[in-house]
Amino acid sequence: MFGLFNRKKSKDQLKERLKLVLSYDRAGLTPGRMEELKSELLQVISKYFPATENDYDVKLEQQGSRMIFVANLPVNK
Amino acid sequence: MDAKAIVVTSGKGGVGKTTTTANVGAALAQLGERIVVIDTDVGLRNLDVVMGLEGRVVFDLIDVFEGRCKLQQALIRDKRVENLFLIAASQTKDKSALSEEHMQNTVKALLEGGFDRVLIDSPAGIETGFQTAASAANGALVVVNPEVSSVRDADRIIGLLEARGVTETRLIINRLRPHMVQRGDMLEVDDVLEILGIKLIGIVPEDEKILISTNIGNPASLENSGKNGAGTAFRNIARRIRGEEVPYLSLEVSKGLFSGLRRLFGGN
Repeated sequence: MFGLFNRKKSKDQLKERLKLVLSYDRAGLTPGRMEELKSELLQVISKYFPATENDYDVKLEQQGSRMIFVANLPVNK
Repeated sequence: MDAKAIVVTSGKGGVGKTTTTANVGAALAQLGERIVVIDTDVGLRNLDVVMGLEGRVVFDLIDVFEGRCKLQQALIRDKRVENLFLIAASQTKDKSALSEEHMQNTVKALLEGGFDRVLIDSPAGIETGFQTAASAANGALVVVNPEVSSVRDADRIIGLLEARGVTETRLIINRLRPHMVQRGDMLEVDDVLEILGIKLIGIVPEDEKILISTNIGNPASLENSGKNGAGTAFRNIARRIRGEEVPYLSLEVSKGLFSGLRRLFGGN
């Protein structure tokens, strides 16, 4: 009975998908290349922080007219 | 808008470029501006039929480019509005007949010859046709439908316009369905603006009257289409282009219960 209320609005899903795909489009990067970048980045980081966790977040973000590369990589103390 | 040469474009086909050009052009002319609308969709011309002027086409844009007629001879006078003229695209030539230099010279000649504004209806896509249409413009109306492929293509077009130095770029959100927005199944105006990051100049609701008026070749913006109709929305766009502050139509589905929805459409 909560189906209608719990249902994620389709427009919210669309908005997320559009934001992601446009960040790749604008940066001229394919999602595949982004994955490569992520894994290479992780390799480099793990040289210095041996136990890098898996719940990292790497993305491109539009800030005004600038495109920002944001990497959030939690490291073990 | 300060721009006198405005390209109407979208990237994706079928979102309402030609309808927008016809309706906004007619409304601007009715407001007293001397207007030329130019169809640059060579090989797939449609602005003539949408405006109901197909029977009057003798010479077209490519005839002007290739010197077969004078610019004056290619200007087709509208049947309803005095200050409105059309230059049709060629239906038989292919896109190789297009030239940026000819396009720029033609638009320049029209503006120097006493016209207040030129609206250029761009073909879909990002190739020669679009590039030629944009080459003569210093402003743009980007038409978008609130759905995934149209928004993505609009983003690409906005980037290409920027790269060309077309600076005054405004967004028209076309074929918005208030019922679907209300259910959360269609992007809201604010969502589209947030994603595309350009200034809004019009919100046009999905409206059967547009198809009906196109069937008979009579732009809806020339008729009284009701307070919340697409015709009124197009007329409001024309007024905003002329610098008037016009409040956005409230597209709420049902008064009272969803009065909060009005707020969602009120944004800048």
